[in-house]
Amino acid sequence: MNTWSIGRRLTLLLAGVAALLSVLSWGMVTSLAQQAAERTQDNVLAASATTIAETLRSEQGEVRLELPYSAFSMLGAIGQDRVFYRVTAGAELLTGYEDLPPPSAALTPGAVTFDTGSYRDEEIRMASLTRLVLAGPGPVPVTVSVAQTRSGVARISAELSRTAALFSVAFFVVAVGLSAFAARASLRPLNEIAAAVSRRGPSDLRPLRRAAPAELVPLMSSLNRLMDRLGQSIRRSEDFIAEAAHRVRTPLATVRTQAEIALRTVRDETEKQRLRGIIRAVDESSRSAGQLLDHATVAFRAEDLSRDPVDLAELAAQTVAALEPTAAMKDIRLRLEAERAMVRGDAVLLDNALRNVLDNAIKYSPEDTTVVLRIERNGREARLTVRDEGPGLGDGPVEALTERFRRGTNTGGIVGSGLGLTIARDVLQAHGGHLHLATAEGGQGTCVTLALPLS
Amino acid sequence: MRHACLAVVLTLWAAMAAAFEVEDHRLYPGTGDAVLRIVSTADLEVFEPYLLAYQAARPALSIDYTVVSSADLYRALRGGAAFDLAISSAMDLQFRLANDGFARPHRSEATAALPDWARWRDLIFAFTAEPAVVVLSTERLAGLPVPDTRQELIALLREHPERFRGAVGTYDVRESGLGYLFATQEARSTDAYWRLSEVMGRLDPQLYCCSGQMIDDVTEGRLALAYNVLGSYAAERMARDSGGRVQILRMQDYANVMLRTALIPATAQQVEAAGGLIDMLARLGLRDAPEDWPLPPLGQSGDTPFTGFGPIRLGPALMVYLDPLNRRTFLEEWENAMEQR
Repeated sequence: MNTWSIGRRLTLLLAGVAALLSVLSWGMVTSLAQQAAERTQDNVLAASATTIAETLRSEQGEVRLELPYSAFSMLGAIGQDRVFYRVTAGAELLTGYEDLPPPSAALTPGAVTFDTGSYRDEEIRMASLTRLVLAGPGPVPVTVSVAQTRSGVARISAELSRTAALFSVAFFVVAVGLSAFAARASLRPLNEIAAAVSRRGPSDLRPLRRAAPAELVPLMSSLNRLMDRLGQSIRRSEDFIAEAAHRVRTPLATVRTQAEIALRTVRDETEKQRLRGIIRAVDESSRSAGQLLDHATVAFRAEDLSRDPVDLAELAAQTVAALEPTAAMKDIRLRLEAERAMVRGDAVLLDNALRNVLDNAIKYSPEDTTVVLRIERNGREARLTVRDEGPGLGDGPVEALTERFRRGTNTGGIVGSGLGLTIARDVLQAHGGHLHLATAEGGQGTCVTLALPLS
Repeated sequence: MRHACLAVVLTLWAAMAAAFEVEDHRLYPGTGDAVLRIVSTADLEVFEPYLLAYQAARPALSIDYTVVSSADLYRALRGGAAFDLAISSAMDLQFRLANDGFARPHRSEATAALPDWARWRDLIFAFTAEPAVVVLSTERLAGLPVPDTRQELIALLREHPERFRGAVGTYDVRESGLGYLFATQEARSTDAYWRLSEVMGRLDPQLYCCSGQMIDDVTEGRLALAYNVLGSYAAERMARDSGGRVQILRMQDYANVMLRTALIPATAQQVEAAGGLIDMLARLGLRDAPEDWPLPPLGQSGDTPFTGFGPIRLGPALMVYLDPLNRRTFLEEWENAMEQR
């Protein structure tokens, strides 16, 4: 299939039509001009021959005539053409150019006939007229022929043709401009739809609802059907992941409980060590499964986001309280410095985001350190900053860390799924906010900022 | 065979000799071999300055200048006489030559600058506009009113037949191409022509072939009045011989203005040199000031200098009076008017 732009194709097509019309109209005007000029010459020639024929008379049995001055002066009207003439009575030459070609058709008295021929190396047009003159014993047919070269006709039609050509070119230029305009105008709805689609967020799969020209309705409805199918398929896979995570978590919990019971009953230090490893691994798996579940939740809820008023300070206090035990296991202090900041959004998702960020901070912080969670209002934004004293973000590109399953370069032996920051970012984007990662001032620790528009 | 050839050559030579009678001839030798052969109706004394000016610009070129009558010029060119340039005051004959294909086209910046009425098909080029005038002998008309129109002229001739008998001169239109052109155009344009001719006819008019002789006779008092004389010649004579004995009159009711024209015959050899001379003449024809040339310029608008009448139109109508039937009719009428004895 041709990949040319439709606009260019349309313009070229219309320009081609315009060119064809220009050439056609030029040709028509040229041929009409030629005809008109030729007819004018014919009329003048006929008038000239008639004027001469009118002077024919008989004197003492002889045909007499006088060439009227006007008969020839009118021939100068068309242009500077050579003039030839002949008057014959029967077969006898009365006056004029004897070798002028004879009229081709038999002449009926009174009727003017026209001939085109060649005389003295030039094309001529000749008008001939016969009159019966009573001379001698009976009427004599007297034929008057007046001929003229055709350069005047050629000049007039060439001039008109040149003018017509200029007009045709002008018409063509205007038509090309209008074609380009028309092409652009008729493609505008298409471009508008394209712009509307590309303006959408990455997870916005709602059907397009706009007025469109009839030609674009099939495209729009197939696009909508495609998005619908895509949405369903995404939901199915999210459901599948959530289901899978859920199914994995429950047996993991059982395994952990059993392992803890076994840890308490086992005396041998090597065995204890092994069991602790198992518990740690189970914890990580359970965490990952939880995050997968979170991720699916985020994807699901962001699609149809609720906009309830949420106080970030309150929300943060709850989240901090929930994570307090985990932090306590590593002797990490969680400090909350919050002021009231109201946003609109889904409390479950916001809690999810904050929990993942805090969880990361706790996980990567060394023992006996402090994680500070600060909430402040900054202009029209609420800023929620989590700062730890961990190893920082490493040397890799900072923004890449929010990609799914992407982990930092300096995570050491710490187990992680690489989903935490992805979840936080998705939640913030769904709320119209953004996530910002930076190494904390002083080079020690990470500073994660969650910015949300204030309600 | 040799005899046959000789016979042919002799016949041709005889035909050529019979074709035209040379009135004057001069060769202006140049430094090179090329010879520009000009056949013209203009007297040498009138045209020599032009030839010298052209030769000054092209010293290598020899110029061979032959003066003939306009009718002879026409016959010679139709007979195929070899000339490179034909200059004539008989517009009708020049036109007919061009119309019938005896001229070759010439195109240049100078000829393109000529107004439309001063050229035809790039074949004929006009370079002077010369009015027909009446020349009077002041001596012989002493005490008489000076006529301004043909009516007044007719009245003058009628009232003083004794003064004008045998002392009125005009062209013999049977001989002079220019005289015929003036007479036919005038007969077409004004009714007074035939009446004037009849009045002149009763006064035993003297008929001339050429303007120059008429002016000479007026100057010397042999004629009291010469009718339809080339004004340019008259003015030129007056300038040379300003004894105050002649007076030039332009008729106010109508005045013919003749265009002196040049064409390059189809038989021309020195086409380029002939074109060059035409260009020079065309440029001189368009000059604004009179300057020091014997012949007047065209006058840009075509009519201003001449009492409101344009020059005789260079067009197919000129061929009307050349038609043998028309010519016969006209000459019959003219003879009836002029020769009433």
